Amino acid sequence: MDMKRDYYEDVQLFTSPVVVFWCAFLIGSLYLLPFFVSNYYIYVANYIAINIIVATGLNLLVGYTGQISLGHAGFFAIGAYGTTVLMVKLSVPFLIALPSAALIAAGFGFLLGLPALRLEGPYLAIATLGFGLTITQIIGRIELFGGRDGIHVPDINIGSWIIDTDKEFYFLLITLTIFLLLFMRNLIKTRMGRAFIAIRDADIAAETMGVNIVFYKTLAFAISAFYAGIAGGMYAFVLKFIEPETFTLLMSILFLAMVVVGGLGSMMGSITGAALLCWLDLKLRNILDIPYVGEWLKDLSESWFSLTGVSNIQYIVFGSIMVGIMLFEPLGIYGIWIRTKKYWRTWPF
Amino acid sequence: MIDFIQMIVSGVATGSTYALMGLAMVIIYKTSEVPNFAQGEMALITSYFAMMLLTTMNISVYLAFFLSFVFAAILGAFLEFAILRRAKEPNVLGMIVITIGIEMIILGFVSWKFGAEQKVMPFPIGPYDGYILGDIYISKLDVLTLISALLFMIVLYLFFKFSKLGLAMKATQQNSVAAQIVGIRTNRIMMMTWGISSLVGATAGLLIAPTAMQPFMMWDPMLKGFAAAVMGGMTSLPGAVIAAYMLGIIENLFGGYISIEFKTVVAFVIIVLVLCIKPSGLFARHYVKKV
Repeated sequence: MDMKRDYYEDVQLFTSPVVVFWCAFLIGSLYLLPFFVSNYYIYVANYIAINIIVATGLNLLVGYTGQISLGHAGFFAIGAYGTTVLMVKLSVPFLIALPSAALIAAGFGFLLGLPALRLEGPYLAIATLGFGLTITQIIGRIELFGGRDGIHVPDINIGSWIIDTDKEFYFLLITLTIFLLLFMRNLIKTRMGRAFIAIRDADIAAETMGVNIVFYKTLAFAISAFYAGIAGGMYAFVLKFIEPETFTLLMSILFLAMVVVGGLGSMMGSITGAALLCWLDLKLRNILDIPYVGEWLKDLSESWFSLTGVSNIQYIVFGSIMVGIMLFEPLGIYGIWIRTKKYWRTWPF
Repeated sequence: MIDFIQMIVSGVATGSTYALMGLAMVIIYKTSEVPNFAQGEMALITSYFAMMLLTTMNISVYLAFFLSFVFAAILGAFLEFAILRRAKEPNVLGMIVITIGIEMIILGFVSWKFGAEQKVMPFPIGPYDGYILGDIYISKLDVLTLISALLFMIVLYLFFKFSKLGLAMKATQQNSVAAQIVGIRTNRIMMMTWGISSLVGATAGLLIAPTAMQPFMMWDPMLKGFAAAVMGGMTSLPGAVIAAYMLGIIENLFGGYISIEFKTVVAFVIIVLVLCIKPSGLFARHYVKKV
């Protein structure tokens, strides 16, 4: 919105001292949060933070590079299983296991990126979707990974610090999330980020200008998979127990929904989208406990629908959000934010 | 040898359901370039509608099926009219997201209304009735599915090739502005396309319902049908059917000889391999990008 006058204005992290202040305030309050709220909300915050990491990574692929992925649950699973198996079976310390698992996920991302070079639209959608389904099937058949019965996840220990409560885990996770988000923001502002955007807007033109499409497309897949891998690794410690059925196609769809609902090609969008959908997900699991609405839904279900299937309302809510966003606000929550900001900036006029 | 032939026969039977779903997706993609992820759930709600008619209304099976087909056609046309047409700046990703959204709405609605447990569909042909030829067993339902898949393929092929409406649909896909200039109401054509496609999909749903009636019954056939459609080139009707039979047969042979555990995913591995070699599918004319 503001006019940029030179290159450094375009790449700088903070545009004004006000932004610095609010960022510091936000980060400070995130770190102070565990001292004020109950354990359940710490769990919610952990869940949201993990999904923010995936959504940010997926946004690089979908929003910035213009590819489609319906297989991110696969990378998520690789991260989760990789970290757990490395720690349990090979007794690798956590600080090495997590990045190694994420790197394995990135390797698979690179492999998936190779066929993706020649595919687009529905072809790419089915290829990535197939990848996601295949990975979970394969993982479920390997005895080392616990097979179908799943595998227990140990506590994290870094040196002598053993993380066995949600609070301690929260501090670790929030640090990691902030670091990854900063990294992504910097990545997008550099030459690489502009190459991704150029590929999204017009890949032939980008190639003519000297952007190496093969390199950048596979790199986008790899980085995106890396983020999903890290998030998956952390998710294993939230669940304490993972099994192949956790990582379904529905999960991939939900990740994509987070990015689209938040806003394609916007980091704030990914964050808000992930936060909104995760919160709804957790709330709607026990839909009958919501005050007023819950009782009304109970009556409605008893007279017209079935009470056993009432939790399926969450599908209806998610579907409606996805359809509604695409119909009325293709830029997602970020688009609504931009319009509100514009409106108030010039307010009486 | 008997095993081998039996596997081929079962493969053809599975392939037929994939073929019906694939055909339904190709019809929509041919006209509007929307990969319709809601196809399976549109068939699902039609099957449940048929079941509801049969269990509560006490009417004859044929009337119930006729009413379900009408319901399917209206549902398809309605979805196009109410949702797809209203999309701003439609692009592939947006359309995928919208159709997935529709899918989740219908899935949620059906499982809310009927619960997640398995239901029994009153169908004139039981799931275990079958013919035995020598040592080969084939169920009557599979024969019916096979016949309807082939019938739909031939009828639709002729329809797109020779009928006025079919040609108008083709014209709409190739260049919708030019089609409008020569007097084709593209909006109405789109609605009809969705109606027809929903009908074809619903046939698959009604034929699957007697063996497995639960809210997630259409996921696997839909994804495999989509895979077959992509493998066949997304715009070719015979291509989708041939690819569907190939997938069905390969899947069954793989399950029989190599590993039963990976049977369900082998189709996707094949898809990725095929797309690596021929990015626009096996039977499509060379893919030309619109700039």
